[in-house]
Amino acid sequence: MQKKSVTLLMPLLAIAAAILLSAIFILLTGRDPLMIYRKMLLMTVGSDYGTGQIIFRSTSLVLTGLAVAIPFKVKLFNIGGEGQLLAGALAAAAAGAYLPAGTPPLAAITLCSGAAALAGGSVALLAGWLKVQYGVNEVISTIMLNFIVQAFVSYLLTWHMAVPSTVHTAEIVESAQLPMLGGLTGWWKKSPANLSVLFALAAAVFSYVLLFRTRTGYEMRAVGIGPEAAGYAGIDANRHILLSMAAGGAMAGLAATNLVLGYKHYYEAGLTSGIGFMGIAVALLAYAHPLWIGASALLFGFLEYGGLTVNAYVPKDVFMIVQAITILMILVLPKTLSRKNT
Amino acid sequence: MKAVALQGISKRFGEFWANRNISLDIHEGSIHAVVGENGAGKSTLTNIIYGMLAPTEGTVSVMGKTVRFSSPRQAIAEGIGMVHQHFMLVPDLTVAENIVLGDERSALFAPLDLSSAVRNIARLASEHGMDIDPHARVGELSVGEEQRVEILKLLYRDARILILDEPTAVLTPSETAQLFATLESLRKSGRTIILITHKLDEVMAVSDTVSVMRRGRVVATQNTAGLTKTDIARLMVGRNVLLRVENPPETPGETVLNVRELTWKDARGRERLSKLDFSVRAGEIYGIAGVEGNGQSELLALLWGMAEAGGQSDGSITLLGQPLDGRSPSEIAALGVSFIPEDRLKHAVIGEYSVSENMIFGRHRERRFSRFPGFDKKKVSGYARLMTERYDIRYDTAADPALRSLSGGNQQKIVLAREIDRPGLKLLILAQPTRGVDIGAIETIHRKIIETRDRGIAVLLVSAELDEIVALSSRIGCLYKGSIRHEFQTGEIREGRSREQDFEKEIGRHIT
Repeated sequence: MQKKSVTLLMPLLAIAAAILLSAIFILLTGRDPLMIYRKMLLMTVGSDYGTGQIIFRSTSLVLTGLAVAIPFKVKLFNIGGEGQLLAGALAAAAAGAYLPAGTPPLAAITLCSGAAALAGGSVALLAGWLKVQYGVNEVISTIMLNFIVQAFVSYLLTWHMAVPSTVHTAEIVESAQLPMLGGLTGWWKKSPANLSVLFALAAAVFSYVLLFRTRTGYEMRAVGIGPEAAGYAGIDANRHILLSMAAGGAMAGLAATNLVLGYKHYYEAGLTSGIGFMGIAVALLAYAHPLWIGASALLFGFLEYGGLTVNAYVPKDVFMIVQAITILMILVLPKTLSRKNT
Repeated sequence: MKAVALQGISKRFGEFWANRNISLDIHEGSIHAVVGENGAGKSTLTNIIYGMLAPTEGTVSVMGKTVRFSSPRQAIAEGIGMVHQHFMLVPDLTVAENIVLGDERSALFAPLDLSSAVRNIARLASEHGMDIDPHARVGELSVGEEQRVEILKLLYRDARILILDEPTAVLTPSETAQLFATLESLRKSGRTIILITHKLDEVMAVSDTVSVMRRGRVVATQNTAGLTKTDIARLMVGRNVLLRVENPPETPGETVLNVRELTWKDARGRERLSKLDFSVRAGEIYGIAGVEGNGQSELLALLWGMAEAGGQSDGSITLLGQPLDGRSPSEIAALGVSFIPEDRLKHAVIGEYSVSENMIFGRHRERRFSRFPGFDKKKVSGYARLMTERYDIRYDTAADPALRSLSGGNQQKIVLAREIDRPGLKLLILAQPTRGVDIGAIETIHRKIIETRDRGIAVLLVSAELDEIVALSSRIGCLYKGSIRHEFQTGEIREGRSREQDFEKEIGRHIT
């Protein structure tokens, strides 16, 4: 068992290693790494807008990360975050667009988020049901459902829901719109960071409590660690498979609150691209622990937006290498270093 | 000639000394047993001989030559081989392919000609009385046959010194007898065998010399001939150990479990239980004796509502008049039944969970432990501490560590404590309750089982250890090919305990 100080040192060492290695790559492209790093830091954490952008992106990633983490505790791999988020986004946009104008904000937001969670949860639940009933591997079913949802949403958007001559749905009713933090508190002005940050935080805390402080979580994790032992102990594994998939899907769907309710106020084609998949990386980096997913999401948000800020100097492809190196270092370094100690 | 000589061997892991100042000689052409409780350091010591670990201090000599192994490869080159407790075989390959794996003796891209290897293997096998088909797929072999493949792997590489780690843990009595015959043959051919075991019967049956380990040290190395089981047990544990607990007469009451004409066909249509008939009364222990594979697992699965899907059952199982067939495990538990499965690490506990979390596992829905939305931490840890005291379970109570860090015996005690203390318990079902458990803990477990019986609970004991069945049972049912072939009544068993060996042989006749 590593001492506490060592476990905290590891990620820092890994980040240092990543910075060093990435510098080499940047050098190879003919740029000065120090200049790039300084610009990145200045425009991200060094600026209100930049920080806000990071928070905005991280908000979605926390939720799609939880979408992977909860089923993972039952040893299920939810690769369907993309489709579940997409379903949620369209559901939130549709609910928001069709609500009467006078709906009080609390009701409007509840209904739209509820629709998003329900949509995302149902897609994931379908995969869960296929597993329980027919033994279908959830990796396959969730990936396939991504495609199905994409096609379905695309069809609905193009043929039924898009505002003419655009690729987005009608704007949602004003009371369903989540205010941006810049306007509310003056923090991170002009950035898309919005009140849905609270949703993300609440979701992370809720997931933690569910998994580690309730009887349901105790049973769920037991099913994940020792499915046979759980069976002997009278725990219904099927129930927990369905429950965790539904919860995961709902989390992914809830990311729509950030993108639809808090940012665009409608659903636009491509709004959710890639966020579901990145959630998988976010979850794995945090070892699927709900409270660490926040830190992991922030890191990914930083890497993503940071890449944009220096796009003119460092091509996107090279920056993707930087992102990959960082993730690899964080995953690999602690393990290799701890092995040297035994 | 000393096959292996150890001088002052010590091995340290961090602050912990797994082996301390061990010096012993193992003579060529002998069978040497190394005994000790779990955690005594037996595996560490043999891993040092085998080159998997380097000693912190001390020297190892093989055949008179001082050696310094930095990997098993070198040990193998010096003629040492090891058969581990968990076999390292590839199920999809044949016996011959498994044996030559890693030592193919052919060029990288040349076609693999196994014919000479097959001849070699067949010769080695027949030389030592081992029945094996070199072309058989390992996945289809029995456990005893798999072990023979592991031994042949060593012989194929000209091992002169063979180390076997708990070889009989997974064998039936007849397979064990065959193994011993093989070991005798190997010894006659001049090879040296080091046997790690905790089964005292086997030490007495087959070894020439024995080293007893306790807490990392060798407390004695002697000729087996001068020792009794009780002597060895005392050396292992450090105090007098009751190998046979007191068993006062029982006073059985009403019939609690009634199994009538139970027939079970598995998903492939094979009949595993044939009109099985027996009953267990309150306040008695019904022992089911039998060689594994005669229907025990199927019976236990049916009793606990975990029968294989696709099977077909007939007949009835009732608990105090209530039918048990078709119920789920939680329903059966709610009727007052506790089940301790034979593979407790896989089926009765969650290794990663803490001791207190495991102490309520399977009973975690009881109201006394709950506090919305989860558990009442104080009550749960209080309960764990109470059980720990009552059942003498050893671990760092303040830390409440993960269960898997405890010894096998202590883990078993936790399962026992939890299941025996189930509120409203009427029937306790135990399968191989002391498998893999230390001598010291076996005493406690047997005593607790008898205590449970004396509280008026019906106990069903399924065990492959005949001495355990004889020591504990009020009545014995001999299971053979899915039905009870013969029953021994209380009087016969009492009388049989005074002539144990013969009585066990008598029982043996009804289960084979």
